[in-house]
Amino acid sequence: MTGDFAVWVYLSRTPLLWLTVTLMAYVVADRIATATNRHPLANPVLVAIALTACVLQVTGTPYATYFEGAQFVHFLLGPATVVLAIPLYAYRATVVRALAPMLAALLVGSVVALASALVLARALGIPDTVIVSIAPKSVTTGVAMGIAQTLGGDPTLAAVVVMLTGMTGGILVTPLMNLLRIRDMRARGFAAGLAAHGVGTARAFQVGEIAGVFAGIALGLNAFVTAILAPLAVTFLR
Amino acid sequence: MIVSLTLILMVQLLGEALTRGLNLPVPGPVLGMALLLAFFVIRDRSPRLSRRMLPPALVDGRLESTGKTLLANLSLMFVPAGAGIVGRLDVLAAQGVALAVVVLVSTLLTLAATAATFVLVSRWMKPGERP
Repeated sequence: MTGDFAVWVYLSRTPLLWLTVTLMAYVVADRIATATNRHPLANPVLVAIALTACVLQVTGTPYATYFEGAQFVHFLLGPATVVLAIPLYAYRATVVRALAPMLAALLVGSVVALASALVLARALGIPDTVIVSIAPKSVTTGVAMGIAQTLGGDPTLAAVVVMLTGMTGGILVTPLMNLLRIRDMRARGFAAGLAAHGVGTARAFQVGEIAGVFAGIALGLNAFVTAILAPLAVTFLR
Repeated sequence: MIVSLTLILMVQLLGEALTRGLNLPVPGPVLGMALLLAFFVIRDRSPRLSRRMLPPALVDGRLESTGKTLLANLSLMFVPAGAGIVGRLDVLAAQGVALAVVVLVSTLLTLAATAATFVLVSRWMKPGERP
């Protein structure tokens, strides 16, 4: 065993290496996003994940080893959810004034998210067991996996589809809203959080604080509504 | 920063304990968010007392800036889970292109329907107002 290889063998097993790789991938992705003036396609989540996955692939590192280090970053999702209270409190007057549009958009949005997925999947001949796993695709991962499991679906597939939906929404929300000439940042943020959960919310916070606040609210409310509506919607399949 | 993080973690811990203990259908951090909101309301109801009783970091805006730093880097926190998903793309490949089409079209429809409803209702409530 050569000296260099021994160092690699040691480092590749410590949390330090993989935590550093995760942060470096994010810093690079964030620089790219800034350099392109936050272009939707240079979505930092997407770029950072792609970079990290490449490093894991090239080095042949098992995901469990990687997660030993990356868990420290993953852990921050909890505290980040808690601190959504800060902008929510700061903009409480704006939020209260928008209560009616929010509730209407919440209902329409969650029904469209569920119904369009079910109808389209049916039309394209996707089997029912798979449809059940993609029904909660707009909801945050943990909740979506729970819903899929209760309905007899595959939680892993649900998690993959949720992430894919998040990326799609995070990338497409800005161009779509520009195309539809919707300039109201509350509406844009709310749609991002409802359709694309945390990844959409992350995008919204990059655009602006108002968008972020409304995305955070939509993310929370939609998890709740979809948990109730999904079992109902799926009964229509049978 | 440490004082702010301590409060944030305390609130999350309390949220987790309550959801587990009472079997509530909300995730612990979401309940934690509600608890932090309650903290702000109580703190600002009696500013003088708060300034005397609480650690300075919780009343001088440092808690707020810690929180904003976390939220500004929300993208980073999806990287570990996302990298795991890349390894499981096989479950997706098994379903073929149809699944990708469903995700794409349904996400676009959801975004458009949600934003349009929001705008229409807010205009209908306050005609003439264009934010």
